[in-house]
Amino acid sequence: MRALNKLWNSWRGLFRDPIQPFGIASVLLLVALAIAPAKDHFSEWHYYQHGYLRLIKNRRDAAVLQRHFEPGIHQIWLPDLGVVDRCETCHLGLTETSLGDIKMEPYSRHPVIPHSMQQFGCVMCHRGQGVATTVAGAHESALSSDGPILPAQYSEASCGQCHHAPLEGTPTLNQGRFLLARYGCVRCHTIKLPDGTSMQPADTPPPLSHIADKTTREWIYAWLRDPKSYAATATMPNFLLSDNDARDISGFLIANSVPEPGDTATLKPPKAGGSVDPTAGASLYGESFCASCHAMQNAAGNVVGGDLGPELTAIGTKVKPEWLTAWLRDPRNYDAGTPMPHYRFTDQQLALLTGFLESKTNTDLLANVHLDPATPAQIAHGKKLVEEYGCASCHEIRGVAKPDNYGPELSQIGSKPVAQLVFVKGMPETLPAYLSTKIKHPRIFGPGLHMPQFSFTPEQVDALTTALLSLTDRSVTLPAKLQIPTPQQTDYEPAGKAGQLMADLNCMACHRINGHGGTMAPDLSWEGSSVQKQWLDAFLKNPNTLRPTLIRRMPKFNLTDEERAELTDYIMTAYQNPDIDRDAMPLSGYSPDQVEHGRELFYGKYACQSCHMVDPAKDKGYIGPPLTEVGSRLNAEWIYLWLKNPQKLRPGTIEPNHDMSDDDARALTAFLMAQKGAGSQKTGTRTASVSASGTKGAGE
Amino acid sequence: MKRRAWFRSSLVVGTLAVVAVCGCSRVHKKAPVLHATAAGSALVVSSGDRQLAPSGSPLPQPLIMQVNDNQGNGVTGALVKFSVPAGVKIDPAEALSDSNGEVTANVTLGNTSGRYVLTAMAWNKAGHPISVQVPELAAGYQEELGYQVQRKYCSRCHDPESTPEQVSNHDNLAVPPHSFDQGATYNKLSDADLTAIIGHGGPALNLSALMPPYGSTLTKADIQAVIAYIRLVSDPPYQAPGLVYAKQ
Repeated sequence: MRALNKLWNSWRGLFRDPIQPFGIASVLLLVALAIAPAKDHFSEWHYYQHGYLRLIKNRRDAAVLQRHFEPGIHQIWLPDLGVVDRCETCHLGLTETSLGDIKMEPYSRHPVIPHSMQQFGCVMCHRGQGVATTVAGAHESALSSDGPILPAQYSEASCGQCHHAPLEGTPTLNQGRFLLARYGCVRCHTIKLPDGTSMQPADTPPPLSHIADKTTREWIYAWLRDPKSYAATATMPNFLLSDNDARDISGFLIANSVPEPGDTATLKPPKAGGSVDPTAGASLYGESFCASCHAMQNAAGNVVGGDLGPELTAIGTKVKPEWLTAWLRDPRNYDAGTPMPHYRFTDQQLALLTGFLESKTNTDLLANVHLDPATPAQIAHGKKLVEEYGCASCHEIRGVAKPDNYGPELSQIGSKPVAQLVFVKGMPETLPAYLSTKIKHPRIFGPGLHMPQFSFTPEQVDALTTALLSLTDRSVTLPAKLQIPTPQQTDYEPAGKAGQLMADLNCMACHRINGHGGTMAPDLSWEGSSVQKQWLDAFLKNPNTLRPTLIRRMPKFNLTDEERAELTDYIMTAYQNPDIDRDAMPLSGYSPDQVEHGRELFYGKYACQSCHMVDPAKDKGYIGPPLTEVGSRLNAEWIYLWLKNPQKLRPGTIEPNHDMSDDDARALTAFLMAQKGAGSQKTGTRTASVSASGTKGAGE
Repeated sequence: MKRRAWFRSSLVVGTLAVVAVCGCSRVHKKAPVLHATAAGSALVVSSGDRQLAPSGSPLPQPLIMQVNDNQGNGVTGALVKFSVPAGVKIDPAEALSDSNGEVTANVTLGNTSGRYVLTAMAWNKAGHPISVQVPELAAGYQEELGYQVQRKYCSRCHDPESTPEQVSNHDNLAVPPHSFDQGATYNKLSDADLTAIIGHGGPALNLSALMPPYGSTLTKADIQAVIAYIRLVSDPPYQAPGLVYAKQ
């Protein structure tokens, strides 16, 4: 009892009024209890949900939108993909098709994409923190491996996490991947793909072991100082070398070069008195379709031509004439891996072409280059530099081993945490900004860096950044069923004597056969089913182009009769579609009525003249190949099957599939087979078909 | 008592939260104020309007506006201000015209696809504003796909411009096709009409048979994408019909 009294006294001593503390305590309790509902009420997502309701209130579609609206936190949970996304809590209009006019975030409608949000969530494509329910937390935080939100500009990178093959709707990503291969980025930086393969380079850097046969030390010096000073389209980057370093590397490369027998050739001087047409060299350059692969500056100052081989604007300043002659005679002697075909030029043609190309000079380039003979110390220093800069990652150099993984591996660069990056003062501290700045100005990140300076356009930098951002941790851990791998090239090579000939002509630098080869020229896998033997033989003798609007064309190789026969026989035998019997329909002998019916279908129902020409005087269609001689070029069965379904014979061809009836296809085939070309054209197709059937047997 | 405490506490906490959010996230940077030294009488787009770029990305070419006097010559030192819709970034947002009377600005499109209409403003000598509307086009995935598909299958005939890489077939056709930006033609056709023409050829709507059917060549998604592209580039702009609701 005394103890209780004492307690009461001390209590009174403390608070005087015994009721007041209860009042204070209950107010404090109330405040504490109110914190949670208040936090909830004033949370950001609540604010945005109210904003959404205000936005839709007075719209015509308000009733529908309000019915779709559910208050509270929304979540997409996909355990397979590691996705917990609450983005739809604030982004309320994503799936509302009628909100197309709203551009205000976070209420805009999601643009149409081929995937459903319920299937993939948001973070898969946009990154950011899916579980967060605040703007800053979801968009800017770099806490989880997904990092902050990916700028919309690089959205295509996200497609690339699963789609490793090119997609029609992602041109930027496709270009970025192409550039990684074309500019040899992957020669220094390994990029392993989730399917276990590595990205392969698509450039052809020349070997440097015999470079003294080809060019001078002065040219190498000028080139090393700045490749663009020699050729505007040079693909080799600028290593930003000092004068002395360029001097020493050029000294080393020349001293290290060993002459290779056959790398140089001198032609007998032309007979005295025989006048040579000064334009003959240029004509031969044109006739040989060198411009399919090589660019050259024309009189107007534009660089015109393909980019498969090097630009030739100032080739005369670069290469020695005796090397050029030997190279044109047989390029494989100098560089076994070159895509340049072995033209069978005659000595006279060689002289003409060498003369023409040697006249293409840039006298300013070497005007101020004066190099003293290199000292052994300089040569040794040059070799050290060559090793330091990783030159052998791209070029074969005698005595210098190809470095393994010269640059850092980039297989998962797209997920690199910002904390691991070193930024330059003043730049935005994000991964996309780091990558694009690194590509634009590789050396500004610190001293001692070796990555060379490329000269990409802003679009190319964006494309490369997009391609690198697609290489994420996520792309490796995704379920295998979601991965769409790159189409792998086969290692098909044609066999036998014809195979050797085709390797020598380098047919597969441009043509693809059975899944291997280039994509510049038509796929030849089924060429034997498609064309007539006589036509093929004549075409190889003189490849007149089928499509006059194309810049890139098949060059003329001076094949011997035996070589041509060998090649023709091989193509006609080996390259057939197993499902096509090319002799199932006759080459000629169709009834005039059928031909006439085909003509009506051609010009009427199917309006083929919009794209094709049969009568050059009347038709103007310029998209598909002219069909004036198609009856002497293609097999009837091929035409018939082509008309029935063009994409089945050549996937991706733009000729539409007309779902043609068998009768229509047969009549059109008859009409087309009547187009035998040349002499018979003048007399009209009706008589042409008759005369053709008269002169040629059906069993041909 | 209880309810008042509730309101007061939530009010206090709420105000604090609002102050904190506003104070932390919005730091205004004042740009230096520009003073015009001259004024023109006309404002025109020199180049860079109606560009198509993927949404969220910078336009390939800058937007160049020109301030002219009444003889059509450029005026130097006139103030041009841009106002842009939500999501679009422009740099600089205001500038004085250079010696050609031109103001050059780099534009980054918003993250949603569609048409963004920027407004450029200048002031004449009397101080009255002259404004010009500059539309720019942002392609989302679907419009981008449509652009690629039409470039492969359609533009050789539908685009009258020839380049050395791609010679136009437009003028070779007896009935020349309509260029895709001709809104006057395309806006009259519904999505279903366009789907029918692309899928079944011109004769499906009694149009030229020179337009072949692509229904068995292109996928449904491809055709929808081409239509989305046509809708995006059409000039005058396409107005979607919207939903039709029953009268209450």
